[in-house]
Amino acid sequence: MIENRPLLTAFSHAVLILGVLAVAFPLYVTFVASTLTLEQIMTVPMPLVPGTQFLENYSQVLAAGSTKGSKAAVSTMLFNSTVMALVIPLGKITVSILAAFAIVYFRFPLRNFFFWMIFVTLMLPVEVRIIPTFKVVADLGMLNSYAGLTVPLIASATATFLFRQFFLTIPDELAEAARVDGAGPMRFFWDVVVPLSKTSMAALFVIQFIYGWNQYLWPLLITSEESMYTTVIGISRMLVGGDAANEWNLIMATAMLALLPPALVVVLMQKWFVKGLVETEK
Amino acid sequence: MAAVSLRDVRKSYVADVPVIHGVSMEIADGEFVVILGPSGCGKSTLLRMVAGLERITAGEIAIGGRVVNELEPKDRDIAMVFQNYALYPHMSVYDNMAYGLRIRGLAQSEIDARVQKAAGILELTGLLARKPREMSGGQRQRVAMGRAIVREPQVFLFDEPLSNLDAKLRVQMRGELQALHRRLGTTSLFVTHDQVEAMTLAQRMIVMNAGRAEQIGAPLEIYARPATTFVAGFIGSPPMNLIPREGRLLGIRPEHLEPCAESAAAIIVEVDLVEPLGADTLVYGRVAGSEGARVAARLPATHRAEVGRLALRYDPGNVHWFDAVSGKRIEA
Repeated sequence: MIENRPLLTAFSHAVLILGVLAVAFPLYVTFVASTLTLEQIMTVPMPLVPGTQFLENYSQVLAAGSTKGSKAAVSTMLFNSTVMALVIPLGKITVSILAAFAIVYFRFPLRNFFFWMIFVTLMLPVEVRIIPTFKVVADLGMLNSYAGLTVPLIASATATFLFRQFFLTIPDELAEAARVDGAGPMRFFWDVVVPLSKTSMAALFVIQFIYGWNQYLWPLLITSEESMYTTVIGISRMLVGGDAANEWNLIMATAMLALLPPALVVVLMQKWFVKGLVETEK
Repeated sequence: MAAVSLRDVRKSYVADVPVIHGVSMEIADGEFVVILGPSGCGKSTLLRMVAGLERITAGEIAIGGRVVNELEPKDRDIAMVFQNYALYPHMSVYDNMAYGLRIRGLAQSEIDARVQKAAGILELTGLLARKPREMSGGQRQRVAMGRAIVREPQVFLFDEPLSNLDAKLRVQMRGELQALHRRLGTTSLFVTHDQVEAMTLAQRMIVMNAGRAEQIGAPLEIYARPATTFVAGFIGSPPMNLIPREGRLLGIRPEHLEPCAESAAAIIVEVDLVEPLGADTLVYGRVAGSEGARVAARLPATHRAEVGRLALRYDPGNVHWFDAVSGKRIEA
C-alpha cells in the first residue's frame, strides 16, 4: 500500500512504540534488578540503571543457586531444561510425522477412527489428565528422570494433525511417480515426504521447544530432587516466602537466564519458522 | 520394447458397479496408441491399470508376453508421464531424472550417461541444476518425459501430458512427442480427451465411452467409418451431423455438405449461426420441417453464407447410417 498521510504514519508509529515499551520495559527492569544488590532493589524507588553486581549475581546462581531459597545450581537446571526442550520437540516431530504418514498414505482398517482418536485428545489439556499420567509415570519408576520429564509430553495430536494436513496437500501423483520409480513406502518417506516437510518441522520445532522449555506443572509434580529441577521450577523454588526474604537480584538473574534459550531459538530459526507457517512448497 | 495385450480387462471399485466393462486390444511392439474419450469414460483408469497403479478386477494385462496383473509398477518395466508432471519439487532436474535409476542401483557412471543423453534429446542440458519451480510449464513437461526416457522402459504411458500447456506449446510438444517416438520407437500408450491430439499422434486409437471401447482403429479409418453414433459425434469438429431418416440415423460430415439450388437439395437448413473462419465458413442451423436435428456445414469461404434458408446436398457415397436405438453403424 502506498499512502502519504503523515498523521497516520505518526500515529501508527506511536502505537508501535508504546507496544514495544509495554513489552520491553518489564524485561529491562528484570535485567536491571539482576545487576543490583538485594539492598539496592529494596530501596524505593528501585534504581533504573544497571548496577555493578552483574558478574557476582550470575556466577552465584549458575554455580550455587540462591543463598536463602533453593541452593540448586542454575547451570544444572539450564541443562535439564535444555534436555527437556530438545527431546520433546524432536520426539514429537518423529512420532507425529510417522503417525501422519501412516494415516495419510496407508489404507488400514479403522484408519479414520484412529485419526479421530488422536484428534480428540486435542480437546483435553494436559492438566485434565495429569493425575492419571502422574500415576502411570510413578508406577513405571520414572519420577525424577529425564524419561519422566519428556516421554509423557511427546505424544501430540496437534503435530500429527499439522503433518496430516500438510501431507494431504502433497499431490497423489508424487506418491505414484515414486512407486513407478520403484521407491517403497519408507524410501518415499525419506526421499520425498521428509524433505518436503522441512519447513513444517522447523515451525513445529520452534513452537514445541518453547512449549517444552516453559513446562511448569509437569516438572513441578514429578521432580523432587534438586538435580532434576528445570529452570522454570528453579525460579519458583528460590521463592521462600515473605517479600523481604526473597533474593530478588538472584531470582531476576535466573529469570534472565531462563529467557535466553527460547529467545535464541526464535531468533535463529525465525526465517524457517515463518516459512513453515505461511509457505507450502510444492 | 514390447507388445502390450489387454484381454477383457475390467475394473470395478465397488462390486457390481463396473467402470471398465471389458476392454481387449493387442498393441504391437513399437506402436503409438492413443486412448481417447470424454472425461469420466475410464481412459485414465485403463492406463493406470497398465501402469499398475490400479488393481485389475478381472481380465489380463500382458507386457512383452508376461502377465503383469500382480506386479508392482516398478517391476512392469514401464515409465509414466503424469498430467501434472509429478516432479519431485525439492530435487533438481538431474535428481528427478536420476532418482528411479538410483533406486534400481545402477552405477553412477551409467546414471550420468543416461541422464545426459536424455537431457540432450530434450534440450535440457543447461537446466539440469534447476528446481522444477524455477522452470516453465513446457520445460517441466520435458523433465517429466526425461524421467521416463532415462528408464529405457518397454512401454511409455502418458496420462494427458499436454493438457496443462497453453495451445501453442501443446502443438509444439505434440510434434516433439512424434519425433521422440520415431527416434526411440518405444511402445506408447497415450491418454487424452483432445481429438486433435489423438488424430495427429496415434498410429491406432481406441475411442472409449462410459467404460467401453467403442472403436479401435487407425485415426483416419475411424474418422471415415465411425462404428457408433458416439464415435461419429466425438471425432471431427464440428462433429458429424446425425439426422433422423426413416427410423434410422443418417450421418454426414459437415465438410461433405455443399450448397446447391433448392430444387436439387437433399436437405433444407434454417441457418441461425454463421462462423466465418477465413479458410472456410461454418454454418449451423436446424433441418427445416423436422423438429430438433441440428446441422453444421463447412462451406467454402467463397460462399456468402447468411442466416435463413439454405439448400444443401451431399454425395450419397459420403453418407453413414446408424441404428436409431443402439447407435451402431449399419453397413450399406
